[in-house]
Amino acid sequence: MTTRREFLVLACGAASITAATAVKAQIDPNQQALRKAAMQEALRKVVGDVPVRRGRVKLELPPLVDNGNAVPLAVRVESPMTSADYVKAIHVFTEKNPLPGVVSVYLGPRAGRAGIATRIRIADSQTVTAIAQLSDGSFWSDSAEVVVTLSACLEEGLI
Amino acid sequence: MARAVVSLPAQAKRGEIIEIKTMAAHAMETGFRRTQLGELIPRDIIRRFVCAYNGAEIFRVDLHPAVAANPLIAFTTVATESGTIAFQWVGDNGYAVTETTSIRVE
Amino acid sequence: MSVRFGARPCLALAAVACILLDFAAAGAAAEIPLAERRSGYDFMGRETRMMQDDDATNPGMLWVFDGEALWNRKAGSAGRACSDCHGDARASMKGVSARYPAFDAARGRPVNLEQRINACRTERQKAPPLAFESRDLLALTAYVARQSRGLPIDIAIDERTRPFLDAGRETFYRRQGQLNLACTLCHNDNWGAKLAGNPIPQAHPTGYPLYRLEWQGLGSLQRRLRNCFVGIRAEPYAYGAPEFVDLELYLMWRARGMKIETPAVRP
Repeated sequence: MTTRREFLVLACGAASITAATAVKAQIDPNQQALRKAAMQEALRKVVGDVPVRRGRVKLELPPLVDNGNAVPLAVRVESPMTSADYVKAIHVFTEKNPLPGVVSVYLGPRAGRAGIATRIRIADSQTVTAIAQLSDGSFWSDSAEVVVTLSACLEEGLI
Repeated sequence: MARAVVSLPAQAKRGEIIEIKTMAAHAMETGFRRTQLGELIPRDIIRRFVCAYNGAEIFRVDLHPAVAANPLIAFTTVATESGTIAFQWVGDNGYAVTETTSIRVE
Repeated sequence: MSVRFGARPCLALAAVACILLDFAAAGAAAEIPLAERRSGYDFMGRETRMMQDDDATNPGMLWVFDGEALWNRKAGSAGRACSDCHGDARASMKGVSARYPAFDAARGRPVNLEQRINACRTERQKAPPLAFESRDLLALTAYVARQSRGLPIDIAIDERTRPFLDAGRETFYRRQGQLNLACTLCHNDNWGAKLAGNPIPQAHPTGYPLYRLEWQGLGSLQRRLRNCFVGIRAEPYAYGAPEFVDLELYLMWRARGMKIETPAVRP
């Protein structure tokens, strides 16, 4: 049974070639602006007024993902991880997903190395940001650009 | 049934940093998907993961719907002493899973 | 007219394919030379390959461990577990999935691994069959197929199985559905090319049941084939249909000699 959406997609087969190249066009610009604001707010809740410096953090994501439903992500933070100098928390944010927060990791010197590997959902091609909070109260960050052709958070196909 | 799978060495040298990899069987329903009839499928996710080493919390993660289904959480810890390493996943609708492993540290 | 490209990627891709391939006659090109065959593994990104390679991070293993528990659990009015007859699956099931679909003399036709497992359930365990695509059947199939990991696919074609192989081949080469596409047009003639940003694989079922990122779960070859049929706007066969098993037989024979990867991970 053809739904109206399926019919449009079929009929506009040619249009989808252009749509694929303009990958940033998936989420409506108003929606994008709202989500970006939500991310800034979430960031502010974690960081407060403290300036966030770039560096010490290494965020690894594949530049072109096979499928937005499960994108391997790894974060590492340079730190001796001693009781005097360690990473207290690592937060990962996105700017275009329906919600800005992805994971918040809480750790300490017993971790040995500051880092986490997991898999996340990416709704649209965007920048993902990782923020590390150190024991001395400073914040450091790194970001990575990801391109998605098969997005998460949208409806699935038929079985 | 395997609700979670945990992978780490059974023994280690004192002070050695060991790798721990965990996977939990969970759909991580985001709350943003709709059925074919347009009804919203309610959120149902794992919210928190905690690892405790002989009772002391050594690693904690707060998860959001952006974490993929059947979530992988991989991290490290220092092998300090022999004993039990416990893993706990807690989530919506009363979801709670615990796995424990033993480690021998020389 | 605005199009939500992300919403039905399969259909959008197929629509694009239809425009590109309309002029090609089905079956015009030869099959892929044996030495040029590549697993879908080779078309994935590095990180997805790493997900498959490490049992500790391969989400398909969650089903394999479930399957191991089911293997050892007594079932049915006969109160028998698989292990009661077959012992340790690591030994007894080694090489089995590499030979399926296989000819079943009682049924007079090939059956796939899922059907073979259900035959054991109903005839030996006196238990009800497991539904296709149910978690239990997927788990058992994944556990059994996992025991053949690394072994070459070894499908025996003789005078009994040849007619079914030919039927499967005919399906693979037949134009069908509203988009009038045949499997061969993409998977023999245009593998390696990009279809709306994603590479077209050769379509060898080396890793089934597999964890598909699109499904966010483990699924069978028939589930994937149903996706393909819907994608070209053809009526998909029901699960367990003989046409599907014939096509599975052909696809496995087409992949003969390639290594089993179950449980594979694919986009």
